[in-house]
Amino acid sequence: MRQLGSFPGGLVLDGQKNRSTHLAIRQAPLSKTLILPLQQHIGEASVPTVVIGERVLKGQMIARANGHVSVNLHAPSSGHITAIDNQDIPHPSGLSALSISIETDGKEQWAPLIKTDNYQKLSAHDLRQNIRYAGIVGLGGAGFPSFIKLNPGIHHFVDTLILNGVECEPYITCDDMIMRERAEGILDGIAIMRHAIKAKSCIIAIEDNKPEAITAMQSALAQHSDHIDTEIVIVPTRYPAGSEKQLIQVITKLQVPNNKLPIDIGIVMHNVGTAYAIGRAINHGEPLISRIVTITGQNVNKAGNLEVLLGSPIRDLLDFCEATTQNPSQLLLGGPMMGYHLTGCDLPITKTSNCILAGVENAVTEPMPMPCIRCGECATACPVSLLPQQIYWHARAKELEKTQEYNLFDCIECGCCSYVCPSEIPLVQYFRFAKTEIMNQEDEKKKSNVARIRHENRQTRQETEKREKDLRQQRRKATLASEHVDKETS
Amino acid sequence: MGLFKLTPPFLSSTNRVTDHMLQLSLALFPAIIALVYYFGSGVLINIILAIVVAIASEALMLNLRQRPLKPYLSDGSAIVTALLIAVALPPLSPWWLTTVGTLFAIIFAKHLYGGLGYNPFNPAMIAYVLLLISFPVEMTSWLPIASLAESQVTFSSALQIIFTEQLPQQLSYDAISAATPLDMMKTQIGLQQTPSQILENPLFSRFAGEGWQWVNFWFAIGGIFLIYRKIISWHIPVAVIVSLAIIAFITWLISPETTASPLFHLFSGATMIGAFFIATDPVSGATTIKGRLIFGAGIGLLTYVIRVWGGYPDGIAFAVILMNMLVPLIDYYTQPRVYGANR
Repeated sequence: MRQLGSFPGGLVLDGQKNRSTHLAIRQAPLSKTLILPLQQHIGEASVPTVVIGERVLKGQMIARANGHVSVNLHAPSSGHITAIDNQDIPHPSGLSALSISIETDGKEQWAPLIKTDNYQKLSAHDLRQNIRYAGIVGLGGAGFPSFIKLNPGIHHFVDTLILNGVECEPYITCDDMIMRERAEGILDGIAIMRHAIKAKSCIIAIEDNKPEAITAMQSALAQHSDHIDTEIVIVPTRYPAGSEKQLIQVITKLQVPNNKLPIDIGIVMHNVGTAYAIGRAINHGEPLISRIVTITGQNVNKAGNLEVLLGSPIRDLLDFCEATTQNPSQLLLGGPMMGYHLTGCDLPITKTSNCILAGVENAVTEPMPMPCIRCGECATACPVSLLPQQIYWHARAKELEKTQEYNLFDCIECGCCSYVCPSEIPLVQYFRFAKTEIMNQEDEKKKSNVARIRHENRQTRQETEKREKDLRQQRRKATLASEHVDKETS
Repeated sequence: MGLFKLTPPFLSSTNRVTDHMLQLSLALFPAIIALVYYFGSGVLINIILAIVVAIASEALMLNLRQRPLKPYLSDGSAIVTALLIAVALPPLSPWWLTTVGTLFAIIFAKHLYGGLGYNPFNPAMIAYVLLLISFPVEMTSWLPIASLAESQVTFSSALQIIFTEQLPQQLSYDAISAATPLDMMKTQIGLQQTPSQILENPLFSRFAGEGWQWVNFWFAIGGIFLIYRKIISWHIPVAVIVSLAIIAFITWLISPETTASPLFHLFSGATMIGAFFIATDPVSGATTIKGRLIFGAGIGLLTYVIRVWGGYPDGIAFAVILMNMLVPLIDYYTQPRVYGANR
């Protein structure tokens, strides 16, 4: 048995996972209109490669990656492009962004797929390019282009590939269900990823509150003897064990040094859903056009997990699962700890939407924050050993430098501090505020620096010009004077 | 607060400030019962008076500061302050002593600094020190414990003494005032007596003071309950007790003829209420783990220094206030190592 480490703080929460694991993964109905924001990943938004009115096939590329940190986007179903314009997207602040709208024709006609018979014949570089082409991003929530994380670079040696099947947020079960039902597909993806990064060993981490997923993964692993040095590690259920850095600490007892990446300590971590998507993309040629979404909560009659085409409006999923509310103020995207309120029901599912939560038990009702009594429970709960009470104090006073001295930017915004606060202070909110303020100030500083340098350059330029002008004048005067003298003397 | 209405996390826990204060008051109960048993019903009258004054002045200040009454009054912090002041005062203190102390704690030490959460000093201890400096006679005339007294103070005579400052016919002044064990120890050592001789006095019951040792015991039990309920962490009380015990042990080893034993120091005076209930006030205390240990150790050390070499028989209040001043410094330099930071 592997000796596990642990992280400080954290919370043992009521998982509420059973709500959505009774039913197998179901196929969500095909929606009439699919709305696909061009940016569903961290990095540059992709660029449309189709025009309005064009007919597209299922799996056909409709927008291409723009720059290095970017991926392609594909049509989730066959139909016609009806619009390329700004649409509301799922975002805490209710932003809108450039999106492609497709009116589906119900034929589900596939574009020709290029599959690989034997991925081992492909070079690591080609695998990465194929994964990038397929539009695959981290499906755990961050949406970072996966091909970049599969490129350790020549200076790094990958010791362990960790598959994150922890899923520590309450209510969400999409990773749980994909492990239960598609364990072999996940293993396919793992094999491809290991081939790309040459990882010495592989660990599949699952929280101990998912016994079915553990059994499914174990039996799949037992049937595939080609997965050498692969181990399933059962981690204790404690929020936020699924956070990348915290999971690394649990599994390896190591900490990712400040301002470094997991790869710097020989670790690459991917979500189990991402592994599945990579397997489909390489072995079957299917780009990322759908994902598993958990539809759950107190106000959902048939809670469960759906295989949803990207761009499907949330309303259709709620209807399909017989949700009793469509009031956006009762809907969360993501879990109750880190999710956010939806601004409407017609927002589309994107590559990073893992859960639609309608109705949370023991929900925060009317927060009436009391003063901080410095009880220190937030510090006890903090998984990165911050002192939230001190950061809060300085953030409130807008002493932004002080907040940085207390390591504000190490905050992972997991919400543990806000959860335990006896004064019900929305601590995370203060920290986000302070972070944005600092980033804005730094932007301002940069801008004013540029302006200052410009101004100084202009001044020196003007001064030199003036000096040169004066010099020319003096010379002219001198020549004139000498000419005059010459005339007089002659 | 509309801005913050819809922000994650959306799960709420049952942890509340009011609950903290309620459990704190509950934990004081065993010791209060012991105090009443040993020193009579004057203790209860003090408590009720202090609570009434505390709530009234809290309401007044909230009103003046235009803060909502209900959430702040029901947080229970004023009641805890009142309880701590009341049990720290001599059982038959005149009513104005309790009133002045409580008013000063709530109005000056708490609200003028910004109310709950903003006071740099422990309000109850500020009040105690104010009274000790201003009214030393009233503050040092303790009742002898009931079993050693010549005559008993009934509830009605306690009322009469507290509110009119007139002694009832059957009571003499000597019957209702005696030195505390700490007092006695200090003055007798000053008179060249050895601690073992001094402990022969029935006042001490050969240990740390008849009655006092049990009051301290029950404060400790209440404190352990708080640690068990996770209302306070163990760091400060343990640091206070251990540091006091260590310094007392060292000086006692060096000079047993002139210093009392560590056990005497632990179980007399305000040691246990200080360690578990006063030093653990979160608002004015240190907040990091290491910081709490340093804060507690400082209190233990200063308490001993003041008791043995200072001008006052007990030093908890001064020690707490002195350490309160150091809290921002302690907290700043004892930040825990953040994930991924260099060791």
